[in-house]
Formats: sequence, C-alpha cells, structure tokens
Amino acid sequence: MGITRRNFMKATGLGAAAIALGDIGCSSASAQEYSKQLKIKGAKEIITSCPYCSVICQYIAHVKDGKVVSTEGDPGYPVSEGALCAKGAAMLSQINDDKRVLKPLYRAPFSDKWEEKSWDWMVKQTARRIKDTRDRYFKEKNAAGQVVNRVDEFFHAGSSQMSNEELAVHRQALAAMGVVNIDHQARVCHSSTVPALAQCFGRGAMTNHYIDIKNTDCALIIGSNAAEHHPMTFKWVLKAKEERGAKIIHVDPKFSRTSARSDFHVPLRSGTDIAFMGGMIKYILDNNKYFYDYVLNYTNASFIVSSKYSFNNGLFSGYDPKTKLYDKSSWQFETDENGLIKTDKTLKNPRCVFQLLKKHYSRYDFARVSSVTGVTKENLRKVYDAFAATGKPDKAGTIMYALGWTQHTVGVQYIRTGGIVQLLLGNIGIAGGGVNAMRGEPNVQGSTDHAMLYYILPGYLQMPRASDATLAEWNKKNTPVCKDFQSANWWQNKPKYMASLLKGWFGEAATKENDFGYTWLPKLDNASAWDKGDNSFLFAWEEIFKGNIKGASIFGSNPAQSIPNANKTRKAMGNLDWIYYADIYHNETTDFWHGPGMNPKEVKTECFLFPAAHRAEKEGSVANSGRWILWHNVATKPRGESQPMGQIIIDIMNELIRLYKKEGGTFKDPIVNLDFYGKYNAEEIAKKVNGYYISGPNKGKQISGFTELADDGSTACLNWIYAGSFTEEGNMMKRRDLTQTPLEKNLGLYPKFSWAWPANRRILYNRASCDMNGKPYDPTRIVIQWDGSKWVGDTPDGGKPPMSTGKGTYPFIMQTEGLGRLFGPGLVDGPFPEHYEPAETPLTRHLFSDQLSNPCLKVLVSDHDKIAAPGDPRFPIVLTTYSMTEHWCSGSETRNHPALLEAEPQLYVEMSHELAEEKGIKNGDGVIVESARGRVEAAAMVTVRITPFMIQGKKVHLIGMPFAFGWTKKGCGDTTNRLTINAGDPNTTIYEAKACCVNIRKADKLTELDINGVTSENEMTGGNHV
Amino acid sequence: MSKTFFIDTTRCTACRGCQVACKEWQGFEGNQTKQIGWGSHQNPPDLNPKNYKIVRFSEHKLKDRVAWNFFPDQCRHCVDPSCKYPADEYKKGLAILDDETGAVIYTDACRDMPKDIFQQMLDFCPYNIPRRDEKTGVINKCDMCVDRVKAGLVPMCVKTCITGAMNFGEREDMIDLAKKRLGIVKKEFPEAQLVDEEAVRAIYLLAYKPEMYFKTAAAKPGAFDVTRKEALAKMGQSFRNFFRV
Repeated sequence: MGITRRNFMKATGLGAAAIALGDIGCSSASAQEYSKQLKIKGAKEIITSCPYCSVICQYIAHVKDGKVVSTEGDPGYPVSEGALCAKGAAMLSQINDDKRVLKPLYRAPFSDKWEEKSWDWMVKQTARRIKDTRDRYFKEKNAAGQVVNRVDEFFHAGSSQMSNEELAVHRQALAAMGVVNIDHQARVCHSSTVPALAQCFGRGAMTNHYIDIKNTDCALIIGSNAAEHHPMTFKWVLKAKEERGAKIIHVDPKFSRTSARSDFHVPLRSGTDIAFMGGMIKYILDNNKYFYDYVLNYTNASFIVSSKYSFNNGLFSGYDPKTKLYDKSSWQFETDENGLIKTDKTLKNPRCVFQLLKKHYSRYDFARVSSVTGVTKENLRKVYDAFAATGKPDKAGTIMYALGWTQHTVGVQYIRTGGIVQLLLGNIGIAGGGVNAMRGEPNVQGSTDHAMLYYILPGYLQMPRASDATLAEWNKKNTPVCKDFQSANWWQNKPKYMASLLKGWFGEAATKENDFGYTWLPKLDNASAWDKGDNSFLFAWEEIFKGNIKGASIFGSNPAQSIPNANKTRKAMGNLDWIYYADIYHNETTDFWHGPGMNPKEVKTECFLFPAAHRAEKEGSVANSGRWILWHNVATKPRGESQPMGQIIIDIMNELIRLYKKEGGTFKDPIVNLDFYGKYNAEEIAKKVNGYYISGPNKGKQISGFTELADDGSTACLNWIYAGSFTEEGNMMKRRDLTQTPLEKNLGLYPKFSWAWPANRRILYNRASCDMNGKPYDPTRIVIQWDGSKWVGDTPDGGKPPMSTGKGTYPFIMQTEGLGRLFGPGLVDGPFPEHYEPAETPLTRHLFSDQLSNPCLKVLVSDHDKIAAPGDPRFPIVLTTYSMTEHWCSGSETRNHPALLEAEPQLYVEMSHELAEEKGIKNGDGVIVESARGRVEAAAMVTVRITPFMIQGKKVHLIGMPFAFGWTKKGCGDTTNRLTINAGDPNTTIYEAKACCVNIRKADKLTELDINGVTSENEMTGGNHV
Repeated sequence: MSKTFFIDTTRCTACRGCQVACKEWQGFEGNQTKQIGWGSHQNPPDLNPKNYKIVRFSEHKLKDRVAWNFFPDQCRHCVDPSCKYPADEYKKGLAILDDETGAVIYTDACRDMPKDIFQQMLDFCPYNIPRRDEKTGVINKCDMCVDRVKAGLVPMCVKTCITGAMNFGEREDMIDLAKKRLGIVKKEFPEAQLVDEEAVRAIYLLAYKPEMYFKTAAAKPGAFDVTRKEALAKMGQSFRNFFRV
C-alpha cells in the first residue's frame, strides 16, 4: 500500500522525516533564504498608539534609519495583548503615505487650487485674521447688558485626535481669545454619555474598563456593534463566554459581526430603546429581580419626592411649551427641618422614588413594548430573563453601549435606562458590571476631560454663564452643598479646582484681587430657552450658514462629512471669510470649496491648511475609554513640514500674543497675560496638567493628587482629574509594569500599567461592590475589601471606613447625596426616561402617551433644515447609520489606506430581502436613497441580516448605511449625512444620526459610485473565482 | 517538528486584521474593488496575487437564527502538497516544502513556469489557492510568514488576531487544541467539525458543514486518500474535480 496524502504525516512520524524528503523534494535551503530577509531585523522598536477607536491599542513601530519599516501590535499592552484589528494593522501604510498633507497650503479667495506657503507666512497670516476678527467683533456685553467678553464670530472644531497635552494648550488659547463656539467629535459621538452617567453615578465616564468585560456573567450589548467598532472588546467578551459561561446578548436593528459571535441577537426598531429598557425595568420590579440591599442602601430609592411632582400623558410636571423647558422645582426631594432629604426605608411611601419608578414603568408591559419596538414578546422575555438574573449579589452583568444609544434626541435618557437597570441589579462598582460607554475617537475621553466643548472647562467645571459675573458667584452657583455628613459631596471642592485652573492659565497675572483672571474668561448666555445659550455644532453651524460667524479653526476633524444635513453644512462653509485647518489628510472639510456642487470661483473663503504630524511622530498622552492615560512615543520625526497640532496652536497663539503686545487691541488682558509656551514639549505640559505648587514649602514641586489643590492661588493645575498622572515620582502615564497581586490578577487589573483617572482608580464606585461592613458581595470577584483598618484592592472610591462604622461615606462620592440616582432630577427632559419617537418617525402616534417626540427636542426647521412630518408617506423607511471596522468615522484617513479601501471600497445600503423585492432591487444594484434633506447613491446589499419590523400592527422597513465614504476618494460615494437630520437631544444637542426617515429606489444612473477612470493600483488576476 | 495553524472560525469576528496585516507585512498594493455589482462585505472577492489571505463571508437564514459565517481563507500548507507534483515534474526546487516548518513555498523562479504547469498546480490544489500575477508571472500564496517563523515569531495573521481565532504552533499542540475546541463547540453546534486535519497544516474548526462557508472550504471527500503515485500517474488530466468539491 502506498502512503496516501492523508496518512503521510502519520507515516513519517516524529524524527522520521527522512524517508520521503528527498522523494518529494523538501528543501530547507531555499526557505532559509526567506528568513534572511526579515525586514525588522536590527530595527529599533518604538511603542506608540493606534489613532483609531477608544481602545487605543499600542503598537510597535520598527524603525530603521529613521523610517518606519513595519508595525505590529504591542504584546505588552494588556488590553490588546499584541493584537490589532484591520485599521490598526494598516498603520505602516498610514505613516508612510505620500498622500498625506506634508506642506503648509493656502487657498486664496475664489481660487481653484492650493498653493504651497512657508510655515512662517501661514502663522503670521492666521494670527492676523484672528486678531482682525476679534478686534472688530469682540462683544463686551450681551443683549441683556451682562458682561460676556466673548467673540461670537469665531468657531472652533476639534479634536479628539489630539493628545491631552495638545488639548490642554489649545483649550487655554481658545479661552484667552474669547472663543465660545467650541465643539468637536465628542458632541457627535458621546456627548450624551457625560450628563447621563453623571446623573446616574456622578461621573460621565465608562464605569469599568475593557479587560473587566471578561469578569461578566452576562453582557448586554445594546446600541453598540462592539465587535466591529471596538474590535478588541471581543477578546474579553469571548473570554467571559468561554471561561465563565457568560451569556452574550446583542440587541440592535441589524444582525452584525457582533451578533454573529453572540449567543443571540434581538432586532429592534432604531429609536425605541427606552421602551425596550423600560420594559426591563418593569420586569425586574414585577418579578423581584432587584438586589434589595443595594437598592436600599446605595440608591436614592427611599427618597421622598416633592408632592408637586407628577407625570401625565408623556409630560412631567413643570413643562413650559414656550421655552420647551421644564421648571424642575417640582422634581426635587423633600427635606426635613435640618435640610436632610426625607426617606422611607420601607420603600412603601407612594412618593418615594422606588414607588414612583414602579408607577412610571407600569405602562411598559410586554404588549406595548413589543408593539412599539418590533421585538417579539418571546425575545423580550429572553433578554429580560437573562439579564435580570444578574441581580444576585454573586452575579455580574455589564451593559456595553456606544453610538447606537448616544445619537438620539432621547440619547441621554437611553443611557439613563441602562443606569437605572444596573442600579436595580446592583451591577455598579463591581467587576464584570457597569454601564460601559465605549467612547469613539482615540482620545475623545481626553478631549472631553480637557473640555474642547463650549459648555465646560477642563475637569468638568461649568463654563461661566452671563449671570456668573464674579468667581464668587460662579463658585456659589456651581458648588453643591449637602447637609448629610455621610455624603462626601466631592464637588464641594470645586472652587479649588477652578482657582488652580485659572492659575495654570494666567500664571502670575492671576491674583486673588483679580479673581485669578476669572473675569477674562468669556461667558455664555444663560440657557433660558431650548435654543438659548447653546453653542454646540447644531446652533453654531446655523450661525455659519447665516453668515454670522466669520472665521473658523478646524483641527483633526471632518465636519463636512460627519455632521447631519451635510448639504447645509457644506454650503455654510462658503460663508466663512477664513478657516485655518490642521490635519494629516485632505478631506471633505479642508477641500469643501471644490466639492460637489461648489464652484471655487464663487467661494470667498480663505483656507490655511497646516500639515499635522501623525501620532507616531509626536509624544504625548491619550485616554482610552477605560480612563487609562497612555503615553505614546516618537517613532519617527514628523514627515515633510508637518508639526504636532500642539506646536501649530502654540505658534499661532504666540504670534497673536506678539501682535497684541506690539499693537494693542480689544480686551488684550487675557491674551497678553497668558502663561504660555514656546516649543511644544509634551512632558512639560503634562506636568502642568497634573499640577504643582506655586508657593509654600513645596514650591515648584508636583502635587501628588487633587486633594492637595487649593483655592488660594498656591497651586496650578490644568485639569484636576489628571492630578496624580505626573508626580514627583515621574510620568505615571509611561508606566508599563504588568505585575499584579493575586486579587488584581483575578480581575485583570493592572494598577502599575499607565495611570487611570481619577487617582488611578480602575473600577469606579468600587465601594458599592461591598456591603455596609466593607465585605465584598461576591467573594470570587473582589474589587476591594475592608481589612479592618484599610481598604485593600483597587483605589477605593472614597477612602473612609465602611458605612457600618458610622464614619463612612456613601459610595457615589461625586453625587451631592452620595447615592446612585434612580430618580434623576438634574436632566433637562425628565427625572425618569420616557419613550418618545425620533424627530422623524414613520408613526403618527405611539402607545405610551400622546407626546410623540421629546417635548424639549432641539430641532431646526427651515428651507435648509427640512423635516418630514410624522408618518410622511414619501419617506416610510427608517434609516440608521453606522461605522464599520475597516474605516474610521468619516473615513478621511482610512480611505487612503489601500488594504482598508479594498476591503470596504464603496458606500452600501443594507436592506432586507423583503424590501428589495418590494422595490425591485437586486443585490449589488445602484440605488438612490432620499430623505427630506438630500439624496445619496449607494450599492444595494440585500441581506438576511435585516428584517422588517411589525410596529403597531404595520410593517416598517429599516435600512442601514455607513457614513465613511466621501467624494475626495473618487468613485467610493459621498456622505450619508446628506440624509440625516439636524435634531438634537435637549441635554447635549447630540444629533439624531441613528434614526431618520427615507425612501429608496433603484438608480437609473450613477455618478458618485462611478469607478470608470479610477486608476487601479493593481488588477485582479488569476484564480478560479468560486 | 513542523508547524501548524489552527483556525477557529467560531471565534472569528471578521475584523479582517489578518487580511490587512498580511498585506502590510508583504508590502502589497491595493486592488481596485467595488460594491456595485458585488454587494458583499467579502472584498477583495477572491484570493489574488496581492492578497494571500481574505476573510470570506457567508450568510444563511436558519430556522431559529441567522448564521453569518466567517472564514479567513489561506493556503493550508498541505502535509503532502499536491500542487507541488506538477511543479516538481516540471523542475524541482521551484515549489518547496520546508522541512523545518512545513511551509509550502513557491519561489520567485516560478515566474518562468509555463501557463499549463501553473494551471495544473491550481487544479491539483484542493482549496483553489495559488494565484498568478499575469504581469510578472509570479505565482504566489501564503508563505506561512516563513521569514518570521524562522526568526521565532508567529505569522503576521496570527500575531494580529484579536480573539484567538488564528493560532500557530507545533503541530501536535495545534491538533490537541483543535480537538479540545471541537469538543466544546460541538455542544452548541452539533455539526461542528475540523477540516481535513490530518492532511493540512492549516486546520479549520467550523460550526457548520463546510458548504455553509464556501465551496472549497474543505477538500473533496477522498481527495487525500490517493497516493502520490496515483496522482502522478494521472498527470496531464484535469485533477480539478478529483481533489476539489
């Protein structure tokens, strides 16, 4: 018998290879040749960070002769363990891409081309434009006569692509200029997370961290396509599934790569998650699935709400239809004669939070929820049952969400439902639990912390409003007071953080006598109505459209592509007199003036494009979604004439300072008194972000934590939550020590790797994982425990002894009352989440109330901001939009990477077979998708992964489209955001990018997706296609 | 002893890190691909001279669930590679089997190989793997990153894999791992199986039958039961249907 090819291996066996080798021609000599070519041999290894997504994978750049020759994942980063997704794997192409912007470029008014200019010329011209605009339009007082010291005619966008030190410098410069129209990617991606989670627990950040997902017993992935958008999470999701037997549930309109690896997928109509989660709250309460001790001791369940509070037919008490705002006084808690909140520890009082919660969600029964969401009752029960099972002390359930939850006109309240469920189940503060906001951009946590947002200052301090004329007034309004000695009420320290920030910004010029320069800060108008005092993208872009904003700076972002109603956005840009940009690629924003439908000869806007250095070409820190601050190193020097964005703003600001010193000008104090920088030096700025002593015995020394900050001007600190990141011991963010105690190893905690805010705490609210005696509820997953004299484990969230000693504090130290909020009196649109339809809906009524949409909805309606009426027969189909693994957000970077573009080359629309049949569309057909605002070409992707929904007895179709394709890459299509709507959540004005109404038809002719004439870099050859 | 890949498709999220990492390591240019007329996430649609590896996508509506199957397709590095037969008959040393790693490698010298010999190599491959660059004549496919492996590193696709779908190591270890995983996966997916595990050095674990992934996910039954002699005797005839489904 001959040796068959199947048993060949067996026959040769170990060490017996010789018998057949000569015969079949094995050879090691030639193969050996290959190994000699190993391109990374002898290369220097530099660790730096991927610039896509908030996992912020670390990678190794192999550098030879100053050039990066290869990149691969860094096995020393415990979150990724050396892995990279498609985007991270394409780093080499990005760094070395010649399509990058490598020279300073200028586009003159009405010109049809970019011209190369010198760096110096660009800086001088830009600073001159800023000064001229500022001097001309500076507003000392608003219409009400209040001092506001601001420039309404300047707009800034960006960027979560910057490192923390660049952001700190940039925010300081903008404040000095008097700019109040400040916004960036965080508005569009996770702005709703901040007030929602802060309202629930005290801080607006992911409660746990990526590795911690492995500790869960049940992962409810809802409003997220984690496997595609945060690919590294699935390392930990699958670990939980395989090692703990965790249930993985995916609730999302379409079946995606996440669903493929989940235990089950439940489709729901986009825009109905409050109904879905409200049903779960009812299920938990009706079936006594809640964690009683936790609810009683660690939430506000027992608080008595004012007798004036009511909820009636979709409206809470206090609504004013004129301002579209609530008077929230009736949502407050009753207090006794000592100012303490009245409670009922039996939870029986009909006005206690627990009973009001029960009453509110009593309407969210299976029939109603199923009818509105389109989820079958069977599927509802399946999810509720599986997740509610984690309400036991020794079980943990996590909620993982992202933009599927945030981008709605009820986005904040979506997230609140997650918070309420997790508080009821006792899933906050524990390992494997939490409400895990998976942030988007690769430093959007940092850019939010550093407040590239109009309404806050670094460290989540409130931006001054017109009514806060002095620092004392600001302090009084924004510093909460609590009479309960058991509440740490941490924000009582706010004046220290504000004074230290101002000292950091204005240095010696900031004195007690001048309120540390507080009066130099610009002030926003008060938010007296739904459209007042809101300088977010939605309103700022309207001002640009109207021609009221004259100049703009746009750093590392692509709003012409990524903001809803893109036709308006793009048109608006031509009304600006000047824009200066910093970016690594040309994109639809930098080059808007020669985009589709634009005639450069009619566009007046002067454009200055500064070439920005890649993250691998600069050092600095970035914050991952789990609040780890990671330091990235310089792999190679900036290519061409590019510079770090931090240097770009420093150069411009220094020129501006020079001009004001030389020439004088309007309200020059904040500019000439700025404590600023020469050469951009990330470590020096990081030290200032951490904070140091200005006077006293420790003068000149770094502070070691925020408890050392003072309100008397003796400390400077650019961001109090980063205090501890760069101490006298050095740069803590650079740490790469993976050693662990057994407790840490059990949970996957790495306290010596990098540094996490606040105070290197890895799991927020961690004292809630223990009972009142400091004993962990779950002995197998100990986060911290009281050993009789101190807390052991993770950095305790509040270091006081356990509550039972009588000397303890409640576990939610950032809340004024110290407890998790089931009833949240602080949000704009209600203390409990309530289902409302999206701003555009296929329905004319829903089953929960007569209030169709959010009563406080922010929506612009005009000829250029059209909105379809509810149930408009012209637009019967629900559109949801999303990202994908292979492209990053607007795609302006990733479309330049050959391996990524070939994997996802053109705009597609995913739709069900049922819809395709109704419309006569076949897979791969060119189609036109239309909304009230615009039309888009796409390729049809007909799939079993999307199915029609039965909504209130009627079939409703849903389609889904990515938004990563834009016209600057010919033939790939153009932005889907020409369809989406300028409607925002009333709390944060995040856009409703996840739901609007459209129609679809087969295209007769395609222009946007025409690839004829596009030069192929390589032709497809060979092979037998199957 | 030789190396082997174990590719656990039940862990694959189709993030395509492997597809891209492979391309970046090899320094390949992009292909012009499209969605118009195609309508699938599987892109490029097929293996080609600039993609040693692609992730194949296949979706099915089953009775109680949707199955979206992902298959990171690549050369299986057969234990006894039949593609080598016609190559050897033409000229020894063009296609080589590295005894240290088990990697099947087509050398640059293959570029001068006549068309019909390449066609025979392709026809002999049970998995439809080899591709030829028509411009340069180079015949290529996954080379197991033999440069990395000889330097003590794992192949790039394995290095970049997030979830543990791609594994690489000593053959016995990989077979042990594959069998262990099969035992676990079978509880949820009764049809789960390892594909041609005795004959290949890239062993796939599938949750469903191979035809639920794509046509040549597995070799034709019996393809590996022929002897080398029998195969050679039939040289000159088309073997395509002999080895391949």
